[in-house]
Amino acid sequence: MALIPLEDLAAFVPDGALLALPPDNSLTPVAFARALIRAGRRDLRLLGVPVSGFATDLLIGAGCVVSVQSSGVSLGEAGFAPRFGAALKAGRISMTDATCPAIHTMLQAAEKGVPFMPLRGILGSDILAHREDWRVVDNPFAEGGDPIVLLPALSPDIAAFHAVMADRDGNVYVGRRHELATMAHAARRTLVTVERVTDVNLLEDERLAAGTIAATYIEAVAVAERGCWPFALLDEYPADAAHVAEYARMARGDEGFQAYLERYVLVAPARAAAE
Amino acid sequence: MIALEERMAAALAALILDPVAPQARHIAVGAASPIPAAACWLVKKLGHPVRLSLLHKHTGNPFTAGTRELFDLTGQGRIDLFFLGGGQIDGQANINLIGTGDWPGTGARFPGSFGSAFMYLMTPRTILFREEHSRRVFVPRVDIVSAPGVSAPGVFRRGTAQALLTGRCVFRFDAARARFTLASVHPGETAESVRAATGFDYDEPAEVPVTQDPTATELALLRGPVCDEMLETYPAFCRRVWGREAKEQAA
Repeated sequence: MALIPLEDLAAFVPDGALLALPPDNSLTPVAFARALIRAGRRDLRLLGVPVSGFATDLLIGAGCVVSVQSSGVSLGEAGFAPRFGAALKAGRISMTDATCPAIHTMLQAAEKGVPFMPLRGILGSDILAHREDWRVVDNPFAEGGDPIVLLPALSPDIAAFHAVMADRDGNVYVGRRHELATMAHAARRTLVTVERVTDVNLLEDERLAAGTIAATYIEAVAVAERGCWPFALLDEYPADAAHVAEYARMARGDEGFQAYLERYVLVAPARAAAE
Repeated sequence: MIALEERMAAALAALILDPVAPQARHIAVGAASPIPAAACWLVKKLGHPVRLSLLHKHTGNPFTAGTRELFDLTGQGRIDLFFLGGGQIDGQANINLIGTGDWPGTGARFPGSFGSAFMYLMTPRTILFREEHSRRVFVPRVDIVSAPGVSAPGVFRRGTAQALLTGRCVFRFDAARARFTLASVHPGETAESVRAATGFDYDEPAEVPVTQDPTATELALLRGPVCDEMLETYPAFCRRVWGREAKEQAA
């Protein structure tokens, strides 16, 4: 496995990449997003799996993003995502709306290597009317008159998340967050930050193996302590709601957001990553 | 003194337990929904057998296959009841979680549809819930349809809205007519005050009942065991409504 410094992990992401990110409550790679900002990435196309939050808003505010596909972009309890709203209004980003199970289904199609998968619901939603890549067909297994939506397989260029730990072979532990496994299976490359590296082989322990994504799917791993901060990492540490509220306040305006970047993002890379 | 939140939770519990509606054995509750969550806990603490899946509860979350599992369960018809809201809701029960103005929300942009475009069609019962009852929210026609209130014949759909609960009243929804009827007004409101605050047209009976107060039992449950269950997920809500502080956060 390639265990590399956090800043080097950012180098795996080319400008213009389709980058899949989990939401705030599901192992969000915030330290990695900060590294992408420091690396000056541009024109990223972000995919929320299945929704987007803080890391997406941060990347948009820093000018790294050209488009977002997601089922929702918000800061949860802290309210609307301010930089997303401002960038959309100013026409600096384009938005492709989806609905949560559709994003899961498109990734599941990619993980199975099939060109599309059907999904119930959605019919009558304006989302469908604005998705030229989604089709409606008549269910071929019914007697007719049963329209159903077909969704194309979607393979992100990069999937990124923050896991609890990696072992020496590059297997990573995500607990019950199995949608991250689908994301990793579907993506061309998966980049992972972790709290720590363990000497235990995660696949040799039956209890840990069930929550482990095998190194087969992992391109590179970097250590980033408190890599989800200001969000929770499973039972490792809780969310820092006060910090998210501070961000929501500061990021309302351009100047406040710049001040936030200077204070919390454009500082020296995480000490842990260099170790 | 009964808080509005307590009234709304009790009114939602009554809708959940509506004897006319198919029984709700498994209810899912989304993230930003403290009042629906309180209503579900109230139903459970009243002794009714119901399985609750609270999506953002950290401990006791039943999903072991990730967030996708909720949608898979719902796709199979294993979730009986779900709650949805809307930045805009119209008289045909269409909901808009995307934004106002032209696509994709050139006026005010809301966060997005989340799972609504799927859940609304695949759940046998949906209770619409929006505390703010104003003409800004309850409009004649939503600007953007996140999820439709009713569907054309032939479209696979398990159910529609059963009712709409607001900070002022309860509406019932008749899917065959795609139209709301005022069912009751909360204390302090009248048929006229509700009409004045509602942008869509609806039916109302000659005599509009007042929404029933929560019983003493319900209030005691809400303020005790229901609050206990909610402290972890909704600390701000519990502090505001019941003056309860969450214990030191687990490290």
